[in-house]
Amino acid sequence: MANKNKEKKTASRSRNRKIGNAITYAILIIISIIWLFPFVGLVLQSFRSYASEYGGMVAYLMPKEFSLDNYTYLFSGDCSFVRWYLNTLIVAVCAAIFNTFMVLSVAYALSRLRFRGRTLLMQFWLILGMFPGFLTMICMYFLLQQFGLTQAGAIPGLVLVTVASSGMGYYVAKGFLDTMPKALDESARLDGASNARIAVTIILPLAKPIIIYTALTAFMAPWCDYVFASYVAFGYSKSYNVAVALQRWVWTNDYQGYFTRFCAGGVLVAIPVTILFLCLQKYYVEGVTGGAVKG
Amino acid sequence: MSKDNKSTAKKGTPLSGIGKGLREIGRTFTEGDWTAKLSFVIMGFGQLLHRQFLRGIIFLAIEIFFIYYMVTFGAVYISKLPTLGTSATYVDKSGNVPVTIYGDNSFLILLYGILSLFVLFAFLFLWRVNIRQNRQIYLLKKAGKALPTSRQDFRSLFTENFDKTLLALPNIGIFVFIVIPIIFMICIAFTNYDAQHQPPSNLFGWVGLENFKNLLSIGGSGFGSTFFTVLGWTLVWAFFATFLNYFLGMGVAILINKKGIRFKKLWRTILVMTIAIPQFVSLLYVYKLFANDGLVNAYLLKWGLIDSYIPFWSNVAIARVLIIVINLWVGIPPTMLMATGILMNIPEDLYESARIDGANAFQMFRSITLPYMLFVTGPYLLTAFTGNLNNFNVIFLLTQGNPLSMDLAGGAGYTDLLITWLYKLTVNDTNYRMAAVIGIMVFAVTAVISLVVYRLLPSVRDEEGFQ
Repeated sequence: MANKNKEKKTASRSRNRKIGNAITYAILIIISIIWLFPFVGLVLQSFRSYASEYGGMVAYLMPKEFSLDNYTYLFSGDCSFVRWYLNTLIVAVCAAIFNTFMVLSVAYALSRLRFRGRTLLMQFWLILGMFPGFLTMICMYFLLQQFGLTQAGAIPGLVLVTVASSGMGYYVAKGFLDTMPKALDESARLDGASNARIAVTIILPLAKPIIIYTALTAFMAPWCDYVFASYVAFGYSKSYNVAVALQRWVWTNDYQGYFTRFCAGGVLVAIPVTILFLCLQKYYVEGVTGGAVKG
Repeated sequence: MSKDNKSTAKKGTPLSGIGKGLREIGRTFTEGDWTAKLSFVIMGFGQLLHRQFLRGIIFLAIEIFFIYYMVTFGAVYISKLPTLGTSATYVDKSGNVPVTIYGDNSFLILLYGILSLFVLFAFLFLWRVNIRQNRQIYLLKKAGKALPTSRQDFRSLFTENFDKTLLALPNIGIFVFIVIPIIFMICIAFTNYDAQHQPPSNLFGWVGLENFKNLLSIGGSGFGSTFFTVLGWTLVWAFFATFLNYFLGMGVAILINKKGIRFKKLWRTILVMTIAIPQFVSLLYVYKLFANDGLVNAYLLKWGLIDSYIPFWSNVAIARVLIIVINLWVGIPPTMLMATGILMNIPEDLYESARIDGANAFQMFRSITLPYMLFVTGPYLLTAFTGNLNNFNVIFLLTQGNPLSMDLAGGAGYTDLLITWLYKLTVNDTNYRMAAVIGIMVFAVTAVISLVVYRLLPSVRDEEGFQ
């Protein structure tokens, strides 16, 4: 598109730019359609009537008749959707609070304090991080079982596991704290402030973007957590989270007619998470960009 | 360079460190007073008598706990570690009433055995700390200085020892839920823990390297050919998933940032929505979209473009390509976000001078944008690559590793990554021994790639060189 720019300057250049922009707009519109299509489809199909049309796979996109059948089903007594939703919400909120605390503690210690074994600890955790997470699954399941935190107690169990191992995800937060000038701490230290005081009164207020980033990512992860959630709650449907429950509707053949219900559930899950994310987008972008540059 | 130096330096220290430590322990004993000598047996004794109550009580409590733990619990498990149990639980039917005779449980023996070994090491370490403190008491007293009081000890947790306060909780969590399980599973790789050996009714035991031999044995019932098929696809997948996403994401970012393009924020937000919506919703929907009776097939049939449905998910080649394509949908937005931030940092005058020299857009991209991006995002590419090696969600939500085949062992399918295969082996087959071996292999692949690439990265090799 831009090869034409080479030919001659001024007049032809502005014409070329217009053509170039037109092509760019066309590409962007196509991209937008591709990216939005699944969401539009999801929403449309969630409104397909279960009673008068089929709830499974059909050969058309637009429902013949809009209805709230699927949504009323989700909130009816036949289905524990509300319970699953609350389960997920509990894990997500707890993760957002406690993970942030853990991650920031670690990031602060590793970034702004110097102590014996600091690099050793970082190298050790780096190596630990290279082991696939599922490797630890059966052992963790057993540990949780000892404390009665599986099946009926799966939700506190999930919270515990999520929070306990969260310290290893300190990289982005540390990268952020690394960029804050050392002089901040030093001048406060000269004034006789303790390390704890410096952390709480000086660094913490300045770290607001990274706190929000950490909390946001921690909040979003549990909505997607399928593997461990299904393993811990095995066979006890009241402890499912939305991912586990809705997954079953899609995969099991007996659940063919549940496809539109899955769509409705998906919409309900996606809406709050998406709104939250879009509101806090700025912080997310900062985190992603900063993290990428820092590595 | 610096790494080599570090490792050689480290090799020197532990040995001389042990020697120095032993000498110090000896001198503490010979030079110390009777309280120090007694502290060798009763931990915290010297501290208590020197009015360091906080330290003394903690050490004494640790010793009491340790002895109690070992006598009632730990020692038994450690002693059974070499065999992992000899007598299985069984039901004795010889009498009138069947009686369950409880025996060993290999799983518990291995887990608690490892735990007890750690407790033992931790105790030895604390014992050493206890000795050092007594030495410190001796030295301070000799110099006529005051000993730190309990109050000072406590306050130090917020000043010079603040790092310990901060890291205590994360370290405990990681130790219990990551370190112990990983060591446990590494041990499992050397046992025959599988569906036939489920304790307590069937014990498992050590088998040495048998599982690794099985993994690398080609033909027969061996896992060899399956392993290499899955490993090959894992690498191909990670390569395409990383680099296609990277270049196309960068392309989209350049398009959106192009001068004269309006509604930049709108385009970005549309793409960013894919990050926000939980993957299990969007990917499962897309999975159904391409199902045999899904919308895509339905419309292609309706429009007469095809006569019978396209088996998107059951044909190996189509499924593999489709996964990579759908992953673009997942992967482009984050790359776009990241690239946008970095593109804005490229100095505008670089482009100005290139334009004056008559460079066209493509030339500018090749000699300014691309080198800059590659330099800055080198570490990101590495983490993205290793992340994709272990990208469970995309594969599992789309295909679950299917299509399956009789040619593959262990329930693997043609789109399985090592990580999804590991999951299947654990959950469906309860073939823990092979799952553990695969897990170690995943670690090996990740570690090797990370190490090699990390050393090749220009941004690591000369941090200041690129300006």
